[in-house]
Amino acid sequence: MTDLDKIRNFSIVAHIDHGKSTLADRLIQETNTVAVRDMKEQLLDSMDIERERGITIKANTVRIDYTADDGQDYVLNLIDTPGHVDFAYEVSRSMRAVEGSLLVVDSTQGVEAQTLANVYHALDADHEIVPVLNKIDLPASDCERVAEQIEDVIGIDASEAIQVSAKTGVGIRETLESIVKHLPAPKGDPDAPLKAMLVDSWYDSYLGVIVLVRVIDGRLKKGERVKFLSNGTVHHVDRIGVFRPAMAEIDSLGPGEIGFLTASIKQVRDTRVGDTITHQKSEVEALPGFKPAQPVVFCGLFPVDAAQFEDMRDSIDKLALNDASFSFEMETSAALGFGFRCGFLGLLHLEVIRDRIEREYDIDLITTAPSVIYDIHMKDGTVEQLHNPADMPDLTLVDHIEEPRIKATILVPDEYLGDVLKLCQDRRGLQLDLTYAGSRAMVVYDLPLNEVVFDFYDRLKSVTKGYASFDYQMIGYREDNLVKMSVLVNDEPVDALSMMVHRERAETRGRAMVEKLKELIPRHMFKIPIQAAIGGKVIARETLSAMRKDVTAKCYGGDATRKKKLLEKQKAGKKKMRQFGKVEIPQQAFINALKMDS
Amino acid sequence: MTQTLGGFGLYLHWPFCQAKCPYCDFNSHVSANIDQARWQAAYLSELDRAAAETKNRVLETVFFGGGTPSLMDPSLVNAIIERIRQNWPMVNDPEISLEANPTSVEAGRFAGYRDAGVNRISMGIQALNDTDLRRLGRMHSVKDARAAFDTARNLFDRVSFDLIYARQNQTLQDWKAELTEALNMAIDHLSLYQLTIEDGTAFGARHAAGGLKGLPDDDTSADMYLLTQEITADAGLGSYEVSNHAREDAQSRHNLIYWRGGDYIGIGPGAHGRLTLNSQKFATETELSPLGWLLNVEKKGSGETLRDAVPSSEQALEYLMMSLRLSEGTDLIRYKNLGGKLAQNAAQDLVQLGLIEIDETRLRATSQGRPVLNGLLRNLIAE
Ligand SMILES: Nc1nc2c(ncn2[C@@H]2O[C@H](COP(=O)(O)OP(=O)(O)OP(=O)(O)O)[C@@H](O)[C@H]2O)c(=O)[nH]1
Ligand SMILES: C[S@@+](CC[C@H](N)C(=O)[O-])C[C@H]1O[C@@H](n2cnc3c(N)ncnc32)[C@H](O)[C@@H]1O
Ligand code: SF4
Ligand SMILES: [Mg+2]
Repeated sequence: MTDLDKIRNFSIVAHIDHGKSTLADRLIQETNTVAVRDMKEQLLDSMDIERERGITIKANTVRIDYTADDGQDYVLNLIDTPGHVDFAYEVSRSMRAVEGSLLVVDSTQGVEAQTLANVYHALDADHEIVPVLNKIDLPASDCERVAEQIEDVIGIDASEAIQVSAKTGVGIRETLESIVKHLPAPKGDPDAPLKAMLVDSWYDSYLGVIVLVRVIDGRLKKGERVKFLSNGTVHHVDRIGVFRPAMAEIDSLGPGEIGFLTASIKQVRDTRVGDTITHQKSEVEALPGFKPAQPVVFCGLFPVDAAQFEDMRDSIDKLALNDASFSFEMETSAALGFGFRCGFLGLLHLEVIRDRIEREYDIDLITTAPSVIYDIHMKDGTVEQLHNPADMPDLTLVDHIEEPRIKATILVPDEYLGDVLKLCQDRRGLQLDLTYAGSRAMVVYDLPLNEVVFDFYDRLKSVTKGYASFDYQMIGYREDNLVKMSVLVNDEPVDALSMMVHRERAETRGRAMVEKLKELIPRHMFKIPIQAAIGGKVIARETLSAMRKDVTAKCYGGDATRKKKLLEKQKAGKKKMRQFGKVEIPQQAFINALKMDS
Repeated sequence: MTQTLGGFGLYLHWPFCQAKCPYCDFNSHVSANIDQARWQAAYLSELDRAAAETKNRVLETVFFGGGTPSLMDPSLVNAIIERIRQNWPMVNDPEISLEANPTSVEAGRFAGYRDAGVNRISMGIQALNDTDLRRLGRMHSVKDARAAFDTARNLFDRVSFDLIYARQNQTLQDWKAELTEALNMAIDHLSLYQLTIEDGTAFGARHAAGGLKGLPDDDTSADMYLLTQEITADAGLGSYEVSNHAREDAQSRHNLIYWRGGDYIGIGPGAHGRLTLNSQKFATETELSPLGWLLNVEKKGSGETLRDAVPSSEQALEYLMMSLRLSEGTDLIRYKNLGGKLAQNAAQDLVQLGLIEIDETRLRATSQGRPVLNGLLRNLIAE
């Protein structure tokens, strides 16, 4: 057990790509936590998807030992957090386990939307914040301007901000010193009954569920029986340890310490993050707990090859074992067959899960239009939750429809402000605030979530050449004039393309959709009408003309083999198409048809 | 004696040209010195190897293709034909064709080819205006072509020529005029190919890089195709295959073997063959590179690099794909005997759309259906 005043617990938070994981690397290296030969870049990003995309998705904890300038030995527990808005939940819950935050700001970029969001989370958690100006090795680095910006925009003292290059290692020692000096030691009573917070849990195929805990009071030892307060279940602790960052077993954890336990738990779902853990016989007051992460974006995922449905069920079950924020239920569609309606924290989360199913389990998927949950207020006073526009109840029974709204914060250099305002306006936004910090504007909008889930972020990046940053939070439901738009291809409705739209935007969306589909559906032997409709009323229409020319000019003895293989390949390619009546629609069309050019 | 459905022919590939045309993806190479005696020995050795397994079958056609076979010494052609006659019994009126480029030098060899036994010439004229000939990278002018054509028709009863249309900046009117001129020249056979941009050619690279502007779009090339069908039919040279036109009885019997799913021996670098041996259909291929083929023949006694049994399902597909190119269409009984199936609903729809015709024994693409033949096939082949 470590003396409380020799412990410092902190999270590393920042806007995406500002260098959190790289800074964690340097802290790990400077303290010799990992042998030189085992060191690699963004060591803590261990999932394939993380390494491939160069981003952190899962928060990671590491315990490091540090001998400070005062000659004392300290134990530091750091938590590296993800920067992307979809995983903001990971950040806020990590913060509950620690007393301070290193706020990393890229000194070539300055304060961005997630910098702000993270500061608010940190203040919520009563954290001490140590600002770190990173990437000072780059010529574009401007510490003075960024420090000023931190004071102006965030309102925290940046005079002692540490200037760091996580790449070259400059300022790392100062960072460690500052952690010891400026961050508070944890509080806790070693003699009180055990009270620990269940911070996170994940599945390991050898050890079962691994539970990350932060001990508040008392001691947790190997071999003890512990109780989870939320459901009263009792488990026998068969292992206790810490991350360095590989798992290292120890005998016990005391107050202020962060580590893991295993207890032969089979499913992540049997553990609830934010739960309170105590000894079987003890009675303690429960910690406030965390609000569970709520999926906000929904879409249908269907196997391209219907025969792979069972494989897909397996893969989804396995992924869900480890990701409690992802929800799913079986769905059947007339056109797409059997599949799953899945809920995600955001679009990146959706992409990550879809990628993993396709790659790790080798299943090609069709993704239907992402949608949000609408509250359908029925005339009889009941409220139905609509996850899938295809399930829209009979309109004569509906009183009104409410949709989820978000508060979006966007930081953007002022030369792009006009484009951003136009984008938000086009997406039915209501401006809440507009302020300036130097040459950057901070815009706050109230926006319907459904206008944002699909391609808002892509559009924002493209209209601002990548210079805008974006963060959002849910603010509740509001009534609006919403209708279901259906799409008919060759006079057959295609469920998977139906969507909820605002009545006033319906024509525009409908026209964009049918035009897109006209490009995406290959020409057939006959002409194909493509229509968007509300109820029985057609609001947009295009006709895809029949194929006129597709013939091989020369085909002699030497060409037979090649042409035959081509035909066979095309026949196999048909599997990537879905048949709607007589029309074949390529799987890519389902998602691409929704991308708006403006 | 084996009788194969679709006939029995021999294809011989000569892989050299004077220059590589920018649109051409055939197995053709430019080489400064070609030792024709060495090639002769190799061809004769391969003819003997082929004869060993097909000895008593009656050969109906021989085709010298390329590359540019009109670069072959007449003596070489003579030796080959002589050996063929020794190795196989031939029908009374065999068709022996040779592809020729219409330059004056080559025209000088025509008489020699006739004396060697060639009785049909297929000439690559390609265009009837000099600007376009240059663009196509051709070594001849329109004047050369006409002269060579006259030489040929004086020597041979059967002379066909090739044109490539749907060229850069060519309008429907331009093509109509050119085709009319061509029909005035033509005797009884014409091959009219729409320009295809092939991967791996100079045109392919330019096209991929955004160059080669002014090619007709799909609608225009469809119109050009339909116009071609009309004009040639009016002139009595209607199409008997997608790109081939002939008077009654003047069709290329050799090429019909391919389209009717017959047997053919493939001799020379990169030549393909289809052979029925002990009731099993085989696909054969030879080494593609000229020198590699030569060395294989010399050192290993065989240029063959592949011999695959073709399962009946693949034969069916191949037969459908090839025979539907012909105006006579597909023999459905033969197709079904190979285990071939048609997607019935799709077939009915295509009949309704006027793109195909089906009766008891035959399936045909209509004149509207032929320009979208690949689409028809994709729809017709059953899972
Ligand atoms: N030049 C320079 N590059 C740096 C520095 N720190 C980080 N980087 C680079 O910045 C990029 C992002 O670094 P990460 O450490 O992955 O950033 P992150 O904040 O953990 O990103 P997320 O986890 O995705 O939010 C990488 O390419 C790093 O190599 C630095 O001090 N100098
Ligand atoms: C095998 S080539 C060789 C004949 C001879 N070497 C010549 O070029 O005249 C046969 C014919 O195919 C046609 N051809 C070759 N490449 C083509 C292409 N890319 N598009 C259309 N027709 C082509 C030409 O008309 C050519 O005459
Ligand atoms: S088109 Fe004929 S001449 Fe030109 S490269 Fe091809 S084979 Fe040779
Ligand atoms: Mg990271």
